[in-house]
Amino acid sequence: MTSTMAVAVPLLELAHARSGDKGDTANVGVVAYDEEDYPLLVEQLTAERVKEHFGDLVIGPVERFELPNLHALNFLLHEALDGGGTVSLMTDAQGKVFSTALLRMRIAVPAEVADRVRGRGRHPGTATRTG
Amino acid sequence: MSKPVRIAAGQGFWGDDLEAPVRQLEGGPIDYLVLDYLAEVTMSIMQKQRARDPSVGYARDFVPLMERIFPRCVAEGVKVVSNAGGVNPLACAKAVIEAGRRAGAGGRARVGVVVGDDLMDRLDDLLAAGHALNHMETREPLAAVRDRVRSANVYMGARPIVEALAGGAHVVITGRSTDTALTYGPMVHEFDWPWDAHDLLAAGVVAGHVNECGAQATGGNCSAEWWTLPKMAQVGFPIVEAEPGGEFSVTKHAGSGGAVTARTVKEQLVYEMGDPTSYVTPDVTADFTTIQLTDEGGDRVRIRGVRGGPPTPFLKVSVAYSAGFKAVGSLVYAWPDAAAKARAAARILRERLDRLGLAFDRVLVETVGWDSTHGHLAGDPPPDLPEVQLRVAVRGRDRSAVARFTREIAPLVLTGPPSVTGFAGGRPAVQEIVAYWPALIDRTVVEPNLAVHFLDA
Repeated sequence: MTSTMAVAVPLLELAHARSGDKGDTANVGVVAYDEEDYPLLVEQLTAERVKEHFGDLVIGPVERFELPNLHALNFLLHEALDGGGTVSLMTDAQGKVFSTALLRMRIAVPAEVADRVRGRGRHPGTATRTG
Repeated sequence: MSKPVRIAAGQGFWGDDLEAPVRQLEGGPIDYLVLDYLAEVTMSIMQKQRARDPSVGYARDFVPLMERIFPRCVAEGVKVVSNAGGVNPLACAKAVIEAGRRAGAGGRARVGVVVGDDLMDRLDDLLAAGHALNHMETREPLAAVRDRVRSANVYMGARPIVEALAGGAHVVITGRSTDTALTYGPMVHEFDWPWDAHDLLAAGVVAGHVNECGAQATGGNCSAEWWTLPKMAQVGFPIVEAEPGGEFSVTKHAGSGGAVTARTVKEQLVYEMGDPTSYVTPDVTADFTTIQLTDEGGDRVRIRGVRGGPPTPFLKVSVAYSAGFKAVGSLVYAWPDAAAKARAAARILRERLDRLGLAFDRVLVETVGWDSTHGHLAGDPPPDLPEVQLRVAVRGRDRSAVARFTREIAPLVLTGPPSVTGFAGGRPAVQEIVAYWPALIDRTVVEPNLAVHFLDA
């Protein structure tokens, strides 16, 4: 994996994701498109880095859980929904689009991985590599 | 081996595709139709409705649906299991019985309704007996908001559902059952699974989690190459083909839209997930890291290997309490400099609110079309953004302050930045906030109260 230089790509090209809510906590489940990329996600998508990515969008801590059987990671973003549910004033009061907010995150991958996944996750009419 | 039991999901929330349950019934053979209407916010909404009219407080969509499908369900032996009862399951059951009679199912149809999950009348006794009902996130005791509590319901597992099915119900109506119990209740009933068969029950919970959000398991809201999913206008809702040994397949009716693939099912499995090794339900604690998932092709995903452990000594309680008021106002600003105009308007509005001496617990300014969903991650607005919607929301305990806020939006049209529109809807409404308070309670003090009543059409 270290045979070539690391390239930063958006997580969008490596994984798909779904998010939801439990009270004031948003969860984001991240699923690798290719099983072989799961170890990269485990290595790169640490709770600390995800917390840093979201910045002031997540007031509380970020927890991470691993589901190697599904090649997935689950993140709990505490105090992310302005009180959540009916209390929240946010457009996204139920955390439905925290998924794509996380898929914006740029992560370092070997160049051959970047070549393999290039353009994935974007509608073919709009495919560009932007974060 | 005996034929698998086909458990079809027909609704993922109150407000879901009204035609989906009909498509599930007409699209091919099924044994059960399970309809999940409840979310955390739904119970609060239903409570508000019941406060205005004691004869409502349930998922009213369920009644015309049953009027439409009752005869066919009875004729074909398809049983319906739903938490449509919300905060008023008996009223829901009576309305369904009437619907059954109107539809010509009279004399042949039995409805089982689960009661006893409503703790409102017992709340003070429970608190006095030392059940503090601390908020699961903040740890604050319920006493802090006791005088503002509007409803309190315990999350029930599948035992009452199984009892209703065993009693010959064609339709089972519950209040705050867990979403997953609607799917694994029929499995327990069909396969006589004992309540200590934790691996089997855990498999049922996984099946229930797949079913509970309807088309979210079959391509709906799927972020994996969504544009490749076919015929979404007629998306097939998931069908679990359950087997006595705990293995099951996820599929959908042939010819329906959407897809059942490893991607669509995995994405649903991680939805609203907490600690995946400890998915707590009233009947079992499931370990989602034991799921072995195989995409068999042809819109069929096989799940096996699920392990589980015993349930906890607690049940979850959903309390709804009054938590002040809120309102949301919006205006649309057009090119050029749409985002700059919206931000300027928000500054003017906030200064006016301050000058009026209005205090709020929270004021939130978002710019729809730029940063309302991804915040700072959206970066700076593009220089030639064609338009944005300014969205300002306030929350506070003082209703009159929130009401005055709703009168401060429209004046911006004549007294603020130019090229502004989108105010034709009138003043925004003041909404009472009925908030959700999750707590745990010793199950032994509530389980004896759960009971099934049978009503015959």
